[in-house]
Amino acid sequence: MDNKEGFGSCPIPIAEHDTVQLGHGSGGCMMNDLIREMFLDRFDNEALSRREDQAVVELGGARIAFSTDSFVVDPLFFPGGDIGDLAVNGTVNDIAMSGARPLFLSAGFIIEEGFHFEDLRRVTSSMVRSAEAAGVKIVTGDTKVVNRGQADKLFINTAGVGLMERPYLLGADRIRTGDRILINGTVADHGVAILSRREGLVFETTVESDSAPLNGLIETILDVAGDQVHALRDPTRGGVASALNEFAETAGVGIRLDETRIPIAGPVRGACELLGLDPLHVANEGKLLAVVAADAAEAVLQAMRSHPYGGAAAMIGDVVADDPGRVTLRTQLGTWRMVDMLVGEQLPRIC
Amino acid sequence: MKFQEEYRDPRVAGVIAAEIRNTVTRPWTIMEICGGQTHAIMKHGLDQLLPDSLELVHGPGCPVCVTPLEQIDKALAIAAREEVIFTSFGDMLRVPGSRKDLFKVKSEGGDVRVVYSPLDSVAIARDNRDRKVVFFAVGFETTAPANAMAVAQARREGLDNFAVLVSHVLVPPAMEALLSSPHNRVNGYLAAGHVCTVMGWEEYEPIAEKYQVPIVVTGFEPVDILEGVLMLTRLLEADDVRVENQYARIVKREGNLPARKLIAEVFEIGSRKWRGIGEIPMSGLRLREPYRAHDAEAMFDLGDIRTEEPAECISGEILQGLKKPNQCTAFGTLCTPGTPLGATMVSSEGACAAYFNYGGGNG
Repeated sequence: MDNKEGFGSCPIPIAEHDTVQLGHGSGGCMMNDLIREMFLDRFDNEALSRREDQAVVELGGARIAFSTDSFVVDPLFFPGGDIGDLAVNGTVNDIAMSGARPLFLSAGFIIEEGFHFEDLRRVTSSMVRSAEAAGVKIVTGDTKVVNRGQADKLFINTAGVGLMERPYLLGADRIRTGDRILINGTVADHGVAILSRREGLVFETTVESDSAPLNGLIETILDVAGDQVHALRDPTRGGVASALNEFAETAGVGIRLDETRIPIAGPVRGACELLGLDPLHVANEGKLLAVVAADAAEAVLQAMRSHPYGGAAAMIGDVVADDPGRVTLRTQLGTWRMVDMLVGEQLPRIC
Repeated sequence: MKFQEEYRDPRVAGVIAAEIRNTVTRPWTIMEICGGQTHAIMKHGLDQLLPDSLELVHGPGCPVCVTPLEQIDKALAIAAREEVIFTSFGDMLRVPGSRKDLFKVKSEGGDVRVVYSPLDSVAIARDNRDRKVVFFAVGFETTAPANAMAVAQARREGLDNFAVLVSHVLVPPAMEALLSSPHNRVNGYLAAGHVCTVMGWEEYEPIAEKYQVPIVVTGFEPVDILEGVLMLTRLLEADDVRVENQYARIVKREGNLPARKLIAEVFEIGSRKWRGIGEIPMSGLRLREPYRAHDAEAMFDLGDIRTEEPAECISGEILQGLKKPNQCTAFGTLCTPGTPLGATMVSSEGACAAYFNYGGGNG
C-alpha cells in the first residue's frame, strides 16, 4: 500500500471544514487532526508534546502525572455504570497509564436547569463509591447551572493528579520490536452497552459497560514486571484500533494482531455484526492495552488474570519491525488485513 | 448469533479454497455484485486464498455509491429547511454532495437524524405532526420492502407530514448494462444473496441465457463466498451457464412473495440515473400514483438541481468493475474516508473504503 504512505498520521485536512463536526470528537482521525492543528501546535510545550493521555511534570522535586477529561455521555445511566463512575474512572485511568499513583481529583459540574436532584444524588453517590474503590479523593470542584436547552442534563469535567513513585515513565516511545501486546479482557463492551440502551436494542443478555478504575491492576502489573512494561493505554473512544495505531505511529513500529486471540463477548460480537461496527473501533472504559517485553509477557498475563479486572486477559499480538506505523491483523482464516484508525463519527457522546 | 462461526470455520474455508485451486484450469474474471460481499472479501482477506488466475472484480451493488450526486444535493436542500426532520441510514450522512454533506448540514443547524429503519421515521412523523419528516429511501431490492411498508403505513395513518426521497435501484438492469458494454470482461457473477432473498432468482435466468454467463446466488460469510466462487468456477470450467443458489438456507427461487407484493403495490419501475454509470432504462423504482403525496420531490419545491461528478473520481469505472480502487491516482492521497471524492470511499459497502480499511497486501 505505498500510496497510503503517511496515513499512520492520518492527515485529514482540517482546512476542508470551516466548522466543527461531530467526527472531530470521535477519538479517531478527525479528532487527531483537530487536536494537532488547533491545540498541540498552539499550546506547544515539552510535557504536552509527549502526546500521552496525561502530562508528567516536575513539581517541588516530585514528579506529578496530571490529566483532565470531560464527560457528556448520553444516557447518563446505562447498564454497568453511569456518568459519575465514568468521570472518576476515566481520569483515574488516564493518570495511572503513566505508572503514577492517582491521588486527588477535581470535579466540575455543568447542570441544565430543571435537572432532578434525585438524579444528581445518584451520580454523586456513584462518584463517591468509585473514588473510594480507586483510592482517590475529590478535593475541589465547581458548579455551573445553564438555561434549559443550553446543555443536555449534566456534563462533568474531572481533572486529577498522581505521584510518579517509580523510577521509570511508561510511554509509547519505549515500545520495542519483539514486545508483546496484552489486553485485560473483552473488547467493545462499553460502546455496545451505551448504544443498545440508546437505541433500545435488546440482545439475548444485557451487555454491561466495563467501566472500572484500573490503577490497582496497573500496580499489580508493575510490581510483577517493572520497567519491562513499556507502555499502557486505555482504549476508550476509537477503540483498540485507534490506540494501537497511535502506538505504532509514535514508536515507528508495526503491530500484528491475531484475531483468534482477541477476547470478545458473544452478545457484543452479535451486536457489532448487526450494527456494522468493527469491535476494534468501539469504546472501552475498563480496559488497558499493555506493551510488554517478551520475557515478561507471560508473568504480566498471569498477574492480570489473577486480578478482578483482568480475568479474561489475553496476549493478542506483537510488535514487529515490518510495516512501521501500521497495525495488521491475521484473520481467523489465516489471511491478513489492515486495522486502521476510526475515521469520522461513530457514536457521539459515548463517554 | 452463534450461526456465524460455522461460516467462518478456517478448516472448512481451507478445504473449499483447495477445491477451487483444483478446479480452476483457465483464467476467469468473476464479479461479486454486492458491496457487502466486497467488504467481506477484503475484511477476511478471501482473495489471498484464491489462485492467481482467478480475478475478483467488484460490482455496483453499493446503494450509497450509486445514488447520484444530484439526489444527494436534493437531500441536502431538504435537510437544511427549518420545518424538516431529515432521517437517513448513517452511511448517507458522510456522502459528499457537490459542496457539503449531511453532517455539515447538521452542524449548521439542520435537524438530521440517523435511524435504523424507515419505520422509525414514520414514528418520528407521528410524534411531530407540526414538522415534515423525510426519509432518504436509497437502496436495492433489499431495502425496498421496508421502505414500501413505511410509505404504506404513513398513508394508512394519514401522516401527510411524512415523505421519502426515493433513490431506489434494481440489480438485473445494472447487470445487463455491464454485460452489454464493449468493455465487459466479466465471465461469471456472484449474485447478491440479500437482494435474492427478496426477489428470488427467476429474473436472473434470462440474463444468464442471453449473455451466456453463469450466475451463483451467494451469501456474505467467508465460507458462503468461497463456496459461491467454487460453484461458479465449476460452471465456468464446464461451459455451463446455469443460475445456481449457494445461499439456499435463506433464498428461495421465488423470493419473498409478500415482500415482492408490497414493493409492487407501492412502487413502479422507471428509469434511474446511477452515480458514475449514468442513466439505465427501467432500472429503478418510483412511487405509484396513490402514494405520490409521500414523495419528497413533490412535497418540496427543489428547483432544478442538476449536478456533475468531480472529474478526478473514477468511481464509475470502479462500480463497473473496470478498475480497482488502488488503480486510482487519488486513492489514499486526495481521496480518503475522511475526505472522500466519491461515495465508493464513504459507504461501508463501497469498494474504495474496503480497500482503504482492510488494504493489507492488496494496495
